[in-house]
Amino acid sequence: MSLVIDARGLRKEFTVRVKAGRLRRERRSVVAVDGVDLRIERGEMLGYIGPNGAGKSTTLKMLTGVLTPSAGQARVCGLLPVPQRARLARGIGVVFGQRSQLWWDLPLRDSFDLLRHVYRVPAAEHAARLRRCRGLLDLDGFLDIPVRQLSLGQRMRGELTAALLHGPQVLFLDEPTIGLDVVSKQAVRGFLAELGRAGDTTLVLTTHDLADIERLCHRLVVIDHGRVVHDGTIAELHRRYGSRRLVVAELDAALVTPLTLPGAPLQRVEADGRRLVYALESAGVAEVVAGLAGLTTLRDLSILEPDIEDVVARLYRTPARSG
Amino acid sequence: MAWLRMEGSEVGSVAATVASHTDSNVILWFRTFNAICRSGFRRHATYRQAALAGVVTNTVFGFLRCYVLLAVAGAAGTAGGYDRAQLVTFVWVGQGLLAVVLLWGWTDLADRIRTGDIAGDLLRPVHPVTSYLATDLGRAGYAVLARMLPPILVGPLFFDVHLPARWPTVPLFVGSVVLAVVLCFACRFLVNATAYWLQDVRGPMVLWTLGSGVLAGLYFPLRFLPEEIQRVLWFGTPFPSLLQTPLDVLVERDPPATQAGLVALQAGWVVLLLAGCRLVQRRAERRLVVQGG
Repeated sequence: MSLVIDARGLRKEFTVRVKAGRLRRERRSVVAVDGVDLRIERGEMLGYIGPNGAGKSTTLKMLTGVLTPSAGQARVCGLLPVPQRARLARGIGVVFGQRSQLWWDLPLRDSFDLLRHVYRVPAAEHAARLRRCRGLLDLDGFLDIPVRQLSLGQRMRGELTAALLHGPQVLFLDEPTIGLDVVSKQAVRGFLAELGRAGDTTLVLTTHDLADIERLCHRLVVIDHGRVVHDGTIAELHRRYGSRRLVVAELDAALVTPLTLPGAPLQRVEADGRRLVYALESAGVAEVVAGLAGLTTLRDLSILEPDIEDVVARLYRTPARSG
Repeated sequence: MAWLRMEGSEVGSVAATVASHTDSNVILWFRTFNAICRSGFRRHATYRQAALAGVVTNTVFGFLRCYVLLAVAGAAGTAGGYDRAQLVTFVWVGQGLLAVVLLWGWTDLADRIRTGDIAGDLLRPVHPVTSYLATDLGRAGYAVLARMLPPILVGPLFFDVHLPARWPTVPLFVGSVVLAVVLCFACRFLVNATAYWLQDVRGPMVLWTLGSGVLAGLYFPLRFLPEEIQRVLWFGTPFPSLLQTPLDVLVERDPPATQAGLVALQAGWVVLLLAGCRLVQRRAERRLVVQGG
């Protein structure tokens, strides 16, 4: 395995002007990314997540050469992103969920053809890749429609194709499923999963939709306040932040006082007291059931596996620490 | 998942590194430039109703300007060294040229800087100045057909026009128009690029609109001004090279040597301002803040 992305101590500071009186404005420095280290091997699928303003997109923009880091260094595909941006552009693909990289007034087919010339891809290679994307992403129905008239789901399929037509080694995806309906989301995920399984493209995915991460990424990097707070597998994240299984007990009638069980704190009471949710700490499922069965009639019982959203939400709420 | 049809590891073969080329870099560069030009032509050709509205407006204003300048020429029949036919040609070709060099109304770059979409431009392996220039040349090509030809054809139906008497005037005029387009693009790029620092470009845009209209010779031929001011304008600003020079070349206002000299001066401005665009772009990228996510 070889390193495709090697970032050390990446830091980005922005200067913002803040009103400090009727006419006076003060310059203030805001640290968006604060010493991020990232090493990504060829073929890896990495989830890069964090709350709004954590520095995800800024990191991506530094890795792609769009933003100049204030400190630190990075190599992507063996190149320095900012000084060698034009060369690097041929080796990477980028999809922004919130921006279009296609030409608004051109039909998709023309956009793709223009990209062939922009990236100087030989015609046969371009045709082969486009043929495969057309098949896999079912583009044929709207290839001749101007991009401005496409639905979001159609446009995103076009964006994915556009990002892959020059055969990039690394594909950066910045919230590729934002705003998509469930079906389109699943389809994009399926396509990316298949791309990742082939193993020759490295995927870096930032998203707020953790289902994207669960479906696609083995490795997860969590960033908060510009610092990496977790770098490991999703299972490691659960272990590290003490994710707990939940026992949901549906009762026939509400208890006067919800039962407190040792080793299984009551998480929440729902449905007018007829649904109790306990988190399993030291207690086992059997102890919770036994405790409840002694007091009331259980109508139903279910056990929920740890939810990544829950873990990540707790992680976001905790003060930043170095990982 | 109606549109997704998985076929084993087929997606994997989508990705591969770009193959090496046998053609020289210069040829490939020209191919890329040409492809972007053609796309610029196609992109603007989609807005036919806007082109029609523009042509009607330019033609109506052509009549207005023409009558005003002919009134200035009066009974003597000359003004600022132009005779009546030269003034007519100056106005009608100028009305067409206005949309070709596109003095006003271009905020594409500023808009993309403001919204952060400029990131997409920076992620392509073509320098943004080159890419925007090629697109603009394509746009200008379409404007020659859709916006310049109609006023040029309408003018002679109602007025006596000046036709070039010297054959080198025609190629010199064509060259001068191309230089004017590139120069005007460079000016617009620089005005738009202030968005990297200011975010809101309305101020610079108003200054540019006022300045270019007056100083490029649109409102009145700059030859009406005293010679000292003309010299300052030609050598000190790029504005006369945007409209006045190509029109002066076409109406043969000056002897051949001066004609060629004016076009050479235009070329000098083009080199200077394109270098300025690259410099500004480089400095801007160093302090770039991409807005929103």
